[in-house]
Amino acid sequence: MPTPAIAVSGLRKVYGDKVVLDGIDLEVPAGTIFSLLGPNGAGKTTTVNVLSTLMRADGGTVRVAGHDVATEARAVRAAIGVTGQFAAVDELLTGRENLRLMVDLNGVPAARGKRIVTELLERFDLTESAGKPSSTYSGGMRRKLDLAMTLVGDPRIIFLDEPTTGLDPRSRRTMWSIIRELVADGVTIFLTTQYLEEADQLADRVAVLDQGRLVAQGTPAELKRQIPGTHVRLLFTAGPELDAAARLFPGATRDDEALTLRIPSDGGTRSLRALLDRLDEHSLSAEEFSVHTPDLDDVFLALTGHTTEATT
Amino acid sequence: MSAKSPSLVMLRRNVKHIARNPTSVFNAVLMPIVIMLMFVYMMGDAFDVGVDYIDYATPGLILLAVCYGLGATATSVNSDMTKGIINRFKVMDVSRGAVLTGHVVASVLTNLIAIAALVGVAFLLGFSPSAGLLDWLGVVGVVVLLGFAAGWLTVALGLAAKSPETAGLSSIPLVMLPFFSSAIVPAEKMGPGLREFAEYQPFTPIIETIRGLLNGAPDTGDAIAALAWCVGIALVGYLWARSTFDKRA
Repeated sequence: MPTPAIAVSGLRKVYGDKVVLDGIDLEVPAGTIFSLLGPNGAGKTTTVNVLSTLMRADGGTVRVAGHDVATEARAVRAAIGVTGQFAAVDELLTGRENLRLMVDLNGVPAARGKRIVTELLERFDLTESAGKPSSTYSGGMRRKLDLAMTLVGDPRIIFLDEPTTGLDPRSRRTMWSIIRELVADGVTIFLTTQYLEEADQLADRVAVLDQGRLVAQGTPAELKRQIPGTHVRLLFTAGPELDAAARLFPGATRDDEALTLRIPSDGGTRSLRALLDRLDEHSLSAEEFSVHTPDLDDVFLALTGHTTEATT
Repeated sequence: MSAKSPSLVMLRRNVKHIARNPTSVFNAVLMPIVIMLMFVYMMGDAFDVGVDYIDYATPGLILLAVCYGLGATATSVNSDMTKGIINRFKVMDVSRGAVLTGHVVASVLTNLIAIAALVGVAFLLGFSPSAGLLDWLGVVGVVVLLGFAAGWLTVALGLAAKSPETAGLSSIPLVMLPFFSSAIVPAEKMGPGLREFAEYQPFTPIIETIRGLLNGAPDTGDAIAALAWCVGIALVGYLWARSTFDKRA
């Protein structure tokens, strides 16, 4: 078996007496996208900081690109690229100068460096603004420049800490397609996100982080299987109606506050018609009717007992 | 040139920053000149220092010019730390000190520009030192050494500050210190307490060394004290800067 791009076991991180990461185990095979999913404050950024040699772990072992992050930090740094949550661009420099800075720091020969800069500007659609200070860039442009700067060193493993937080839907999609291209080139991506849709869209494997622990790990499909399947959701206008309906469907779960009833169903037309007929027979009508296929939001709720604070 | 030293790359970045942020240059270059004009024209006649006041005050003002450049250095170090860019440098396989060295060297360069401008104006005002070429080289040496020492200390202050605003303020004691030295008036003319402070604070031997060199007659005792202070300050600043830098993720 080839060496995994990232191998973490028993990772612990403590700030004062607050345990931020409490025994994280994970493995990312080379050339795949791994997504660490969790709400704000779950410990995602701390995990990235430890994995990218910015912070020291208080326990456990972390190997990135086959090197120990604690004892072989420089070898790890030579293999990775990091694009953090806050765009790490030099605001007083132009887009082109920012890329030049990375070329020089990476010790790339001048001629090849020039070509790399031009290519990256084109690829990220930044050629037009290349001569303007990056302080004048929009949020989406800054993120793109940031990622372009990360790519200058041609890293084989890239950490993306919430790469689309705060971006408009269009910029988000651009970012997604860039990430997919990178993986097509054989790069390994470690992505953190608080957007369930993002993990679902991009990741080969997802780990759900909640209060410093991984509460689940698997492919998006596997995670979806861990929770109640497709169901029909009915919204009523009054309590007595909800009561009556709940008596009709013994397998259903009710939410008295939201006045909703969740009835397991296969989502097919035949069973849906039967369900509606049943309501009709008892002169019950629902305010709203929806067929619900589980998404990662439901996974999160089922696994942690609470919802994510921020969802798309 | 294929492999550029990271410190040099960082220095070029800092120089670009300075060029694009003219207010910091204003502070570093024009303020010492304004102060020089103020002291020489408004107050110079009031001080009896035994020689032409411009000849007396220029060495002290040279030192003041070094200090005035520091505020900008502290601010720019701190904005590097408080923005995401520092983490980018830290996760790259480049020497971690390079970004700090870049700031220190840029600070020394600003000092040299400011001092060149200041000395130029001093000559226009009738400054007539009796220094020979070697003495001038000595002055440049002392200035560069002091610039490095104060630069490292300022980088440490900038790293330790919470925000760019407080970082700018943190260098104010360094700007004030020359006024309580023999820069403007001889220490022996000061009141008790202040006089002892002025005599024993680090800037006085440094100023006296520069003054001696410009008069063509440097005092070995002052020079040794100046050297010792500079090396000491540089060492403290360097070690403090490095440990703060490693701690702030």
